[in-house]
Amino acid sequence: MAKIITMTSGKGGVGKTTSSAAFGTGLALRGFKTCIIDFDVGLRNLDLIMGCERRVVFDFINVVNGEARLNQALIKDKRVENLFILPTSQTRDKDALTMAGVEKILEELKKEFDYILCDSPAGIEKGAQMALYFADEAIIVTNPEVSSVRDSDRILGVIQAKSRRAEQGLEPVKEHLLLTRYDLDRVERGEMLKVEDVLEILAIPLIGIIPESPAVLKASNVGMPVTLDEKSTAGQAYMDAVARFLGEKVEHRFMKPEKKGFFDRLLRRTA
Amino acid sequence: MSLFDFFRRKEPSAAATAKDRLQIVLAHERADRNAPDFLPQLQKELLAVIKKYVPIDDDKVAVKLERESGCSMLEVNVELPAPQKGAARTPATV
Repeated sequence: MAKIITMTSGKGGVGKTTSSAAFGTGLALRGFKTCIIDFDVGLRNLDLIMGCERRVVFDFINVVNGEARLNQALIKDKRVENLFILPTSQTRDKDALTMAGVEKILEELKKEFDYILCDSPAGIEKGAQMALYFADEAIIVTNPEVSSVRDSDRILGVIQAKSRRAEQGLEPVKEHLLLTRYDLDRVERGEMLKVEDVLEILAIPLIGIIPESPAVLKASNVGMPVTLDEKSTAGQAYMDAVARFLGEKVEHRFMKPEKKGFFDRLLRRTA
Repeated sequence: MSLFDFFRRKEPSAAATAKDRLQIVLAHERADRNAPDFLPQLQKELLAVIKKYVPIDDDKVAVKLERESGCSMLEVNVELPAPQKGAARTPATV
């Protein structure tokens, strides 16, 4: 049975698209047929992060409007088997999406895919609500920082009130916390909220902690989901999160400070 | 950490301050968010029913819903007018 997962956060710039690309790629690497949909109409970016920006011909909105077939708009990833991207429109605005249109496409995708991952736009308005309405599970991307935590709390409220599962009184959307840009050194120094603090405040289960890592920017520069950088801590942390999502018990890595050598200390090298 | 920090590091960490501030602001926001849409209507109807029996002012009924994990509590406060002299107690003598 196909599952719809929504990657959301309320706040912008916390790593929704990066996480959608990395997590979706992880699911495909684990052998599941996965489609990542960009819901950020007018601010298309998933294509760039996934490195398929030059292959976009038709988009999500074209399919909603019946101007293209779904198979014409889906872009198959060239690196990972089972991975597809449905880009959004760069020229239209959020009003171009209708609930009925979205539902029709999701139903069609459900027949072909194991997982449909919706990359939500920022905010709590129509665009974000559209992205989370049909969700079976939601991954809340949060930075250990006050405004991000507050906005995550807001979006949790929206999920609990305005999703299809909430409105129809079905089993509630399963919520997961994905803590990104976690900087252990700053946590140790008391400058950054601890993972325990964020968990205590938001009170939802933790699916992963992604350490602050230069690999994330490097990967986005070249249009590669960071999961494909197997050596990076961020890539490994995303694969761990995928494993936990699939029900495996995996310890949280990268939670103890690395032993730094004398020269590292001297030069104040990080990550 | 510099030598200077070492001598004055007893104040609460920035992260602890962040946590406290978040807990306070979210407690308020969650209370507001959870107020369901029907509360004003409920308040109006309760007032109408009570008015049938007791003459009270419109602002004397307060309705509040509190949600905690596991249970919700509907709190209704009705302020009745002070009993008038003589009418306060029904006479027991014949």
